[in-house]
Amino acid sequence: MSMRDRQHSNAMTLSQRFWQLNWILILLICALASIGFAMLYSAGNGSYTPWAERQMVRFAIGMGLMLAIALTDIRLWLRYAYLFYAIALILLIAVEFAGTVGMGAQRWIGLKFFHLQPSEIMKVALVLSLARYFHRLSLEDVTRLTQLLFPILLVAAPTVLVLRQPDLGTALLLLIGSTAMFFLAGVRIWKFILIGLIGLASIPLGWAMLHTYQKNRVMTFLSPESDPLGAGYHILQSKIALGSGGVFGNGFLQGTQSHLRFLPEMQTDFIFTMYAEEFGLIGGLFLIALYATIVIYGFAIAMRSRSHFGRLVAMGVVTTFFLYAFMNIAMVMGLIPVVGVPLPLISYGGTAMMTVLIGFGLLMNVYIHRDMWISRYGNDHSS
Amino acid sequence: MQPEKLRVKSFGRRATILVSSKLALLGVLCGRLYYLQVFESQRYQMLADDNRINLRLLAPPRGHILDRYGIPLAVNIQNYRVVIVPEQALDVRETLGRLNTVIEVHEYDHRRVLREARRRRAFVPITVRGNLSWQEVSRIEVNAPDLPGISIDVGQSRHYPDGKVAAHAMGYVAAVSEKDLTGDPLLELPGFRIGKNGVERQYDLALRGTAGNSQVEVNAIGRVIRELERSEGRPGKRIILTMDQKLQRFITERVSEYRRAAAVVLDVRNGEILAMVSAPSFDPNAFNEGLDPKAWKELVENPDTPLNNKAISGQYAPGSTYKLAVMMAAAEAGLSPDHRVFCSGFTELGDQRFHCWNKHGHGLINMVHAMRESCDVYFYDLALKLGVDRIATTAQKLGLGSKLDLDIPGERSGVIPTKAWKREHLGKPWLKGETLIAAIGQGYVLTTPLQLAIMTARAVNGGYAVLPRLTRETIDAGDETPTASSFPHTGLSKRARELVMHALDEVVNHPRGTAYSSRIQEPGRAFGGKTGTAQVRRITMAERESGVKKNLEKPWRERDHSLFIGYAPVDDPIYAVSVIIEHGGGGSKTAAPIARDILREAQRPQLPQQLANAERKK
Repeated sequence: MSMRDRQHSNAMTLSQRFWQLNWILILLICALASIGFAMLYSAGNGSYTPWAERQMVRFAIGMGLMLAIALTDIRLWLRYAYLFYAIALILLIAVEFAGTVGMGAQRWIGLKFFHLQPSEIMKVALVLSLARYFHRLSLEDVTRLTQLLFPILLVAAPTVLVLRQPDLGTALLLLIGSTAMFFLAGVRIWKFILIGLIGLASIPLGWAMLHTYQKNRVMTFLSPESDPLGAGYHILQSKIALGSGGVFGNGFLQGTQSHLRFLPEMQTDFIFTMYAEEFGLIGGLFLIALYATIVIYGFAIAMRSRSHFGRLVAMGVVTTFFLYAFMNIAMVMGLIPVVGVPLPLISYGGTAMMTVLIGFGLLMNVYIHRDMWISRYGNDHSS
Repeated sequence: MQPEKLRVKSFGRRATILVSSKLALLGVLCGRLYYLQVFESQRYQMLADDNRINLRLLAPPRGHILDRYGIPLAVNIQNYRVVIVPEQALDVRETLGRLNTVIEVHEYDHRRVLREARRRRAFVPITVRGNLSWQEVSRIEVNAPDLPGISIDVGQSRHYPDGKVAAHAMGYVAAVSEKDLTGDPLLELPGFRIGKNGVERQYDLALRGTAGNSQVEVNAIGRVIRELERSEGRPGKRIILTMDQKLQRFITERVSEYRRAAAVVLDVRNGEILAMVSAPSFDPNAFNEGLDPKAWKELVENPDTPLNNKAISGQYAPGSTYKLAVMMAAAEAGLSPDHRVFCSGFTELGDQRFHCWNKHGHGLINMVHAMRESCDVYFYDLALKLGVDRIATTAQKLGLGSKLDLDIPGERSGVIPTKAWKREHLGKPWLKGETLIAAIGQGYVLTTPLQLAIMTARAVNGGYAVLPRLTRETIDAGDETPTASSFPHTGLSKRARELVMHALDEVVNHPRGTAYSSRIQEPGRAFGGKTGTAQVRRITMAERESGVKKNLEKPWRERDHSLFIGYAPVDDPIYAVSVIIEHGGGGSKTAAPIARDILREAQRPQLPQQLANAERKK
């Protein structure tokens, strides 16, 4: 890339942007998705129906959406971040009244063609909004407590709504992801420690507010063997399936525990278990390495971005992605309670895949516009 | 741009911290994965197999039971059952209704199936009805398209081709009851049958065989996915009986006109039981699928006790057949056969009168004549000379008074009274008069038909203490010569045995013998024996004065038991027989002709089966 291009990057043409696409990242994403297809094929007992085929269609649509987002002007996202957030918030509130109850929780809005899960949109919207907010603050401003009230409100509103659904997994994701954004923005460490202490102190209060099934999950996590046929069944069976895979696994389509249905929800939340049962330690480490590569890639993109908005969006998106992967894998291995988080790009399901691919679209967008200088409010008339 | 640079620097530092902690957390996942899949792998592998592998027992086919010539007495037949798989039937109630138009389905079967369908997993087949006839099977097959979820299942069930004929010796099989459980998992298989009596019970373990098993992979709800491994069990062992099915059948038919009867035929040379009949009998096939309570009640409450094997557990007063033992004792004691007694029709002892069966008396009579004509007065005299204990000693040598270790359950020991026995069991001293009563096989004396046959065998086989048995190692090829010498000797002297045999010969073959009219005239097949008539109740003085009633004038229940013991051929004994017809009247009139027919049948030259065997040997 020549100096001349960089200087004129504020006004890139569509084809210029296209050639700036990060092909290695696209390759990594496709690799992950392919593992997902293979596992869904296996989950269907060696059949593309009912899962693998539909997942491929969704992925194709998602890829289109991702590329479209990658090729838009990054300033549009800065400009409409709050609008995006407002729409997501309204949808979340709408779920309260019109949502369909699925899996014991009110999470979906039934549209004509697909189920819309507003909490997934909110994950992206929140990253954009926080990035926009911190984009215009100097490091000095961030240290002021009054400046933090608005972003805290931005986080609290959807988190409370999601908790009411109740969806502990998404709430945690929103909360931890946002905390990372605050940290990156430069909020002082002692504030995190203080909040942490307050949080610890209010655990008894929080416990009282949890739903029975959530309490069960936490209790089950603390001693899974206490209830092997009830709530502990999932995690115990998951560990059995994982452990029986051994170093080299039972082989593709040969996972006995998953195919004999001892493993619950193998096509969604527990797909990693099935994968590790069939491909063993080798396969498991490979998959974790893929996730780690994407995390590092995101970090590299963030570090390369000239704009603070770009940096924050890149890190925010990758952190959300990381949290998905970590929470899911830690959950199926019995490291954290069962919280119902899908494995990104692999678990069967449309909305989580859309969220992740939209996020990657933004990440690529940041990469494409890495040399662009963005004004405080993202308008062309730079200050 | 100073603040912007500060911001970039701060971001860079913090992003590095963040990404490092992410990688560290991913590292934790790798560590956990390693722990689960390498350290704990063995344990989880085991748990995984526990999850998916079920061990299923395969019932081995029960061993067949054959008669001595190889004729099957107990076999397994295929039992066609109609089963329904609820998940394939869609609507169980409706399908059953349609099945009812094809074959008969009882109302209670209908209800049971619906009940089980609710309780069990939808893929578990439920038996609707067993024991389908060929016609029913083909009717179901033809209508199969209209009967979704209905199929025919083949199982095995025990079958006794001869039904009632050898029921007591064979026993039967029935469902396993709570108290039969020994920990053998086979017994807990649904539909498993266990031997409940006779040979089926005695040799149950051998007949049962050992279970095979099949390791099947099941899914989380227990549906069988595939078979992983199968090891066939060992089928049950074949058991060969000493019994001759044709003779058994002949005797069963011969005594069928009498209400209660028992007969035993055995080989005097080795104790092998050729026939063992107890009437009335029962159908062992009925127990297989379970008797309904009404039929069971009828069997148990029947006054003629069809379930009871009278040949080994019926204890009867032997009547005059016991004179064999008394005469043997007298000869052993050295009494001369020429010793004579005058029979006037009764003997007086103190103020008591002991009658001879012939109220006119036999006149002056010696030992052999007394036996031949069954003179009671002569034996009263012998009894007084011998004393009860000496008679008992000889009777015991002949196999009376104790169990004979027959290899089926239910044997009773009978009673051979002695002075000590009476003191111990009744707490009273022995009375002299009781010795007289015992000498004619009445009073306390009790024997089983099996014991009487063994007594006869030991008296005529050279004095060997043969013991009865019902099973043998190989099928009889007809060319073996069994010997009695492998048994211990009774110690009875040759002189005594020959004297007794001479007397037994005259009973049948002397014109004045009590069984002369029943003799076999075919050369070489003549038999010897002794008649017996056992009183069921005492004849009172009043009855005697008003004239003893003829047996047939009495009510059936009060008539005498008719007995006969015999052996053939008289010159070289092979077969011993004992027959008892309850309330059958005099021994010479009822039991003797039956014994004759039995011995004639037993001696019939070359049974077809034997011929076939001989043919095969060549």
